[in-house]
Amino acid sequence: MDISQFKPAIVYTIYIASTPERVWEALTSAEFSRKYFSGNAVEVDLKVGGAFVVRTPDGSVHISGEVIECDPLRKLTVTFNVNWPALIEKLGPTLVTYEIEPVGDVVKLTLIQSHDRQIDDDILSGGRQGWPAILSSLKSLLETGEPLVIKMEPPRRMLEALKKLGIGTP
Amino acid sequence: MAKPEFVYVTYIETTPEKLWDALTSSEFSERYWWGTKVLSNWTVGSPFALEWRGQVTDTGVIVEADPPRLLSYTWSNASEEFRNERPSRVTFVLEPYGKLVKLTLTHEDFEPGSKMLEGISKGWPAIMSSLKSMLESGQALDVPLTALKIEGVE
Repeated sequence: MDISQFKPAIVYTIYIASTPERVWEALTSAEFSRKYFSGNAVEVDLKVGGAFVVRTPDGSVHISGEVIECDPLRKLTVTFNVNWPALIEKLGPTLVTYEIEPVGDVVKLTLIQSHDRQIDDDILSGGRQGWPAILSSLKSLLETGEPLVIKMEPPRRMLEALKKLGIGTP
Repeated sequence: MAKPEFVYVTYIETTPEKLWDALTSSEFSERYWWGTKVLSNWTVGSPFALEWRGQVTDTGVIVEADPPRLLSYTWSNASEEFRNERPSRVTFVLEPYGKLVKLTLTHEDFEPGSKMLEGISKGWPAIMSSLKSMLESGQALDVPLTALKIEGVE
């Protein structure tokens, strides 16, 4: 897949008192991700072309994609497509990149959500709401041993915008 | 085109009162903000200043103060480099969220192409991350300033 046409739409940086090894494991293991990602499990075959799946607590596939770039402990890029009818057809694929960089005794984690076309702010509001919650909880988990209990409101603004485009949402 | 601004949201396991204290006490801010002291009496219309290594680096005025929910101040950097940039504005919104607080920082009112915006966009994530660590684990982060790659900051 040619990712040169994708441009960052959301960038979120967070610093964590941890090691690149532990941050990498937290991002790529089902066991860890269930704790900080609202019970969702990340399953990823860590090689270029490998499958990337996020399952909801009941085991159904919520997000599916494939590994585009994999540089262990440093960088992981995956396609990150929510499993809603007509989503890809209308919006194109979503690309998510995690960059991990040790700085002094801490780790800088940068999340980049990119698209190959202009995406409306109403639709991006979903990611702008979700990523800070997910990554704040990941940071707490790695630093204190306990994730945050964040009861997320449904991303109404995004869901309404998707509905208008004829994309099937739950 | 999107207006030039920086928005950062973080969730912290603390109370709005403790977070308000952390945002307005120079004793706290020195710990999570590379030794920077936040100085003001935090009432609307009062002066606001940041002091770093014994020097005032930034000044402003308190625009809104509604403890422990809302704090807003103007911000001008005192250095020669930014003398011609108009004051920008920083707003913190603290919302209780179950056992947590959702903190939304908005830094706005920049001129298009502002160099200040470029710098603060690199600085705030480190400051907010360190603030969260301090409130949750008792230990602020030691992020090397040089790692931020802000032009002119060593």
